[in-house]
Amino acid sequence: MGASVEVSHLNIVAQAGGKDLPIVTDVSFRIEPGEVLALIGESGSGKTTIALSLMGYARQGCRISGGTIRIGDVDVLGLSAGEQRSLRGRTVSYIAQSAAASFNPSRTIMDQVVEVARIHGLMPREQAEAKAVALFRDLALPNPQTIGQRYPHQVSGGQLQRLMAAMALICDPALVILDEPTTALDVTTQIEVLQAFRRVVRERNTTAVYVTHDLAVVAQMADRILVLRQGRQQEQAETRQIIESPQNDYTKSLIAAAKPAPRDAGRLAPDAAATPLLEVRSLIAGYGALDARGLPSSPVLSDVSFTLHRGQALGVIGESGSGKTTLARAIAGLVAPARGQILFDGQTLAPDVPGRSRDQLRRVQIVFQMADTALNPAHTIEMLLARPLQLYFGLKGEPLKKRIAQLLDLVQLPAQCAQRLPGGLSGGQKQRVNFARALAAEPDLILCDEVTSALDTVVGAAVLDLLAQLRRELGLSYVFISHDLNTVRAVCDDIVVLYAGNKVESVPRAAFSQAARHPYFELLASSVPELRQGWLDQRSTSRLALPPMAVSTPPNPELCSFLDRCPLRVTGACDTTAPPRRRLRGDVEILCHRSEADLIALQPASV
Amino acid sequence: MSTAIETIPPAAVPARLVPRLSRWSRTGLLGLAVLVFWLFIAAAGPWILPHGSGDMSTAGVFDAISWTHWLGTDYLGRDILSRVMDGARYTVGVALAATVMACAAGTLLGLLAAVNGGWFDTVLSRLLDTLVSIPSKMLALIIVAAFGSSIPLLIVTVAVVYTPGAYRIARALAVNINAMDYVTVARARGEGRTYIMLREVLPNIAGPLLADMGLRFVYAVLLLASLSFLGLGVQPPVADWGSLVRENIGALPTGGAAVIAPALAIATLTIAVNLVIDNLPGRAQANQENR
Repeated sequence: MGASVEVSHLNIVAQAGGKDLPIVTDVSFRIEPGEVLALIGESGSGKTTIALSLMGYARQGCRISGGTIRIGDVDVLGLSAGEQRSLRGRTVSYIAQSAAASFNPSRTIMDQVVEVARIHGLMPREQAEAKAVALFRDLALPNPQTIGQRYPHQVSGGQLQRLMAAMALICDPALVILDEPTTALDVTTQIEVLQAFRRVVRERNTTAVYVTHDLAVVAQMADRILVLRQGRQQEQAETRQIIESPQNDYTKSLIAAAKPAPRDAGRLAPDAAATPLLEVRSLIAGYGALDARGLPSSPVLSDVSFTLHRGQALGVIGESGSGKTTLARAIAGLVAPARGQILFDGQTLAPDVPGRSRDQLRRVQIVFQMADTALNPAHTIEMLLARPLQLYFGLKGEPLKKRIAQLLDLVQLPAQCAQRLPGGLSGGQKQRVNFARALAAEPDLILCDEVTSALDTVVGAAVLDLLAQLRRELGLSYVFISHDLNTVRAVCDDIVVLYAGNKVESVPRAAFSQAARHPYFELLASSVPELRQGWLDQRSTSRLALPPMAVSTPPNPELCSFLDRCPLRVTGACDTTAPPRRRLRGDVEILCHRSEADLIALQPASV
Repeated sequence: MSTAIETIPPAAVPARLVPRLSRWSRTGLLGLAVLVFWLFIAAAGPWILPHGSGDMSTAGVFDAISWTHWLGTDYLGRDILSRVMDGARYTVGVALAATVMACAAGTLLGLLAAVNGGWFDTVLSRLLDTLVSIPSKMLALIIVAAFGSSIPLLIVTVAVVYTPGAYRIARALAVNINAMDYVTVARARGEGRTYIMLREVLPNIAGPLLADMGLRFVYAVLLLASLSFLGLGVQPPVADWGSLVRENIGALPTGGAAVIAPALAIATLTIAVNLVIDNLPGRAQANQENR
């Protein structure tokens, strides 16, 4: 049973150069027992700092400078250091974003789950283990009896996140803090974890603080929402009210950014007769040495083909490990394909960079996810933008400076940026520089690898606007790689769905919402949280549950790669013969044994 | 879109090779002062010696501290202060030259190995590992035995001894940077290896390499001192600090300044260099940013 939490006039400062910099200013809220409060805001809004302060903890260099925090009838900030230690883990527990970084890889999971109870001397080990197993069961973990004997690397990311929840709940804490617990997970995994969290929080009537930037997730988990910006509270209300009728302007912009509208790129209808800009034919690529059949020892992409016309944007979607990034690298010449062809504007591209002409390299540019690592921290923005201009066009002197100013203007950055190092810019600004550098080459095609995934929603939405605008003005084409269906849907004309390196579906924009789709695409689409309350509960009852992963016989590369997880598999067909490529209505192509009529009948239209 | 343009934070102080004095911490300044003092002595040595470094005094051997001989005299009655000041030229000069050579060679090879990778990296790494397996003093002994002892040879010997260490650090740092997306972007742009090595990788490993070079300088001073102590280093009548300690070891029982002064000189120089490295302004900041 949870306790009530009361925070009043909380102030937290960071100490920098002898001065106090406020990072949380005058935040007050109250959580009733058993209630879930969401702290929402973009990075730097102070949401994690507030969450940590509930344990009486401030990160290094930070100090809680004022206010009171009461959990039940304990005044957290009035406790001594020793008393705070006994509070942590027992009364207040914490579930962090990255479970992989929170587990000790060299000890078994059970050791670590019961450790908190043992440290606080709450129960004997046998009792703690029995309780842990019960928690594993509640969290819908496979093999609850034996999973504790494994080591952290032997379970999946989603399972590890749930195991961390078990660790947090073992002492029946009065308050649980969940700090972006599903942000690092794939959507299909996220939904399983969310369902498990939702159930245990409800059943135990736990008081919880849920920290996230994702409004759609919050709508499923929280009773009330507190919107933060730059350490100040903007709005605090019931979840329904925030989502349906936000009062604050900032909240409104967050809601707007959470539902990305399709960007109108004013595109021309692709001329089917014209030479496609990019054509990928039966691409097989991977890493490691080639075997006797000329296939790589760890294959990533198998037999991927698609066509992209000038001025179009092609979305590539799939979960982590599906081969999205390898595809982009193969097109850019960074990974030499084992087989298959890449044609650019009718010419076959050499497998790797040294074999391609400078002009071919210029016309295909790649933009990476992490602007932090994609921009050399030792080079000023001017140097970063100057290099492609010098290399491809031999610009120097005044024309060079002029072009750099133009490029900065094109990506809507002020000209005084030029003299800065990347470290002096924000995440969104860095991503703009990243694009400016690609644009400097005057390319025909830009490969965008998860370009908005590391950005806050509002900043990411602005980058998507920029992409659409550039496409309109410069007639660029994109291969847009993302794990986020909403983003892809907002900018792309066609979507290619990858699963385990296979193209399982390709679908044009007009048919995005059509019911007949590959079971994996259906799973993906139906796993993206919607911005409305009760979506998660409805989905859990109405969706076809996935059967547990079959104990996989040695996987046969000929068979459907989605076989293990497919709710619609046909015994006698799917597990014996390779799936055929089928053409469905609306120019949709899928790799599946099921007929169009079957798919429509078995998969209730979701989006 | 109006939200697109965020405020641009004020420009960071541009990086300078030698940071402004006001940005040094107190310990850093102390180290810097001692280091500059020794560099000055090494450079100006011959013109400011109180006595000729080889002149025998009338005061006798192992004379105590006096107004004529501020640090007393050595086992032949020569002025210790003059000999320590003269020795600075050899110790600081040889060590500096050897360190620069070792670090330059190590960095170049390390960059080549990291950027080229593959068999080149493997072969080079194992070759230099082999070199490490030979004890440094043994190596010096063999070189001196084979070619005799001269100052250029001494520099080369010390440089050879410290190249594998410098190589390992440079390679390890460069391998990390080489895996960064900005290097991948440069490759995809069609940049050559030289550009990637010198423009993309080197600036990002220069900081730690500079710190490593300072440490390696200290090792070189100590190696030179120990080689001289064994009689393998600078040959009499000239003497570096190491040989001064050896020559005057006889003064130890009487507590003479003759042996303590050169030993102190070695200690102050090495400590000063360490203080400077640890307190280089910007380094602490860079470390914090990397965290």
